[in-house]
Amino acid sequence: MELSAFLFYFFALLIIGSAAIMVFSKNIVHSAFALMFTLAGLAAFYALLYAGFVAVTQLLVYVGGILVIVLFGVMLTTRGYFEKIKTRTVHLLPAALFSMAIAIILITVFLSTEWILAPLEEEVFTVQGIGELLMTDYMLPFQVVGVLLLLAIIGAVLMATRVAGEEEPPSASG
Amino acid sequence: MLAEYGYVLMFLAIGCVFTAVTLLVAGLLRPNRPSPEKLMTYECGEEPVGSAWIQYNHRFYVIALMFLVFEVEVVLLFPWATVFQDMGWYAFWAMIVFVSLIFIGFLYELGKGALQWDKPQPQIPRYVEGVGVVPHHWKPESEVADVVGQPAANVSGSTQDTATE
Repeated sequence: MELSAFLFYFFALLIIGSAAIMVFSKNIVHSAFALMFTLAGLAAFYALLYAGFVAVTQLLVYVGGILVIVLFGVMLTTRGYFEKIKTRTVHLLPAALFSMAIAIILITVFLSTEWILAPLEEEVFTVQGIGELLMTDYMLPFQVVGVLLLLAIIGAVLMATRVAGEEEPPSASG
Repeated sequence: MLAEYGYVLMFLAIGCVFTAVTLLVAGLLRPNRPSPEKLMTYECGEEPVGSAWIQYNHRFYVIALMFLVFEVEVVLLFPWATVFQDMGWYAFWAMIVFVSLIFIGFLYELGKGALQWDKPQPQIPRYVEGVGVVPHHWKPESEVADVVGQPAANVSGSTQDTATE
């Protein structure tokens, strides 16, 4: 077997295994850490497709950032963190039907699509091309991303100040 | 084949193998005589109390959100940095606009005091004429008796919250 195929199946197994642990684990912290392996495996997939910039972004933003947010979210909730969460089955029939429908749609799409199998162009440094495109054709979306990040900051600040307002102790001076 | 990523892969593989082999060899060689002192988190020094899995302070969350925003900014700086020299002032000013947008957000955040680590007020017992030393949330009985229908939830409830900080 070719090395890239071996790596693909290795990381595919890693992603599916850790995703299963994430879903079925009774400990929510274990779930969060299993999610880390899922996201890192996805970064390896991007690297296998020679999408280096996307792979690095996936590692930095998802594994390094979003996962920390998720862990904080877990650690900040009062309950559910100390107790074991119940992974039990509810609404078995509707869930099964719904999953079956999605599976059928996905498999039909997979089988009916004519996949274009072009040989991978081994262009390792895609970052430069992305930079050129960002500065020319995609200048407006690039600046819109800046506005979006500004909105994210404002949203986070509003959330923070509201939390701080609730905390103010009643007039203790009397 | 995988050209440059081969180095990353090798680094990853060597890291995994090295860790596994070291732990395995150490496990085979060392004598196994555990004692309560050895199994403690810190073998000497502070004795750990309770679980390390505690509820974290919510103020960390805001800082984590800020971290995420600036991380996305840094990720977008990388492709720009590779072409910056060829494109000259146009690329420079484009990035200035982008960074200043986020800088406005940062200034807004500083102005709102979202990064300030506001400590809870100290709750000092006080002296009341004729009663003695009372807790800070103490109220005269005449005031408490006025609100029979509404128990003094906003007094005792919120003070308990701040007391547990």
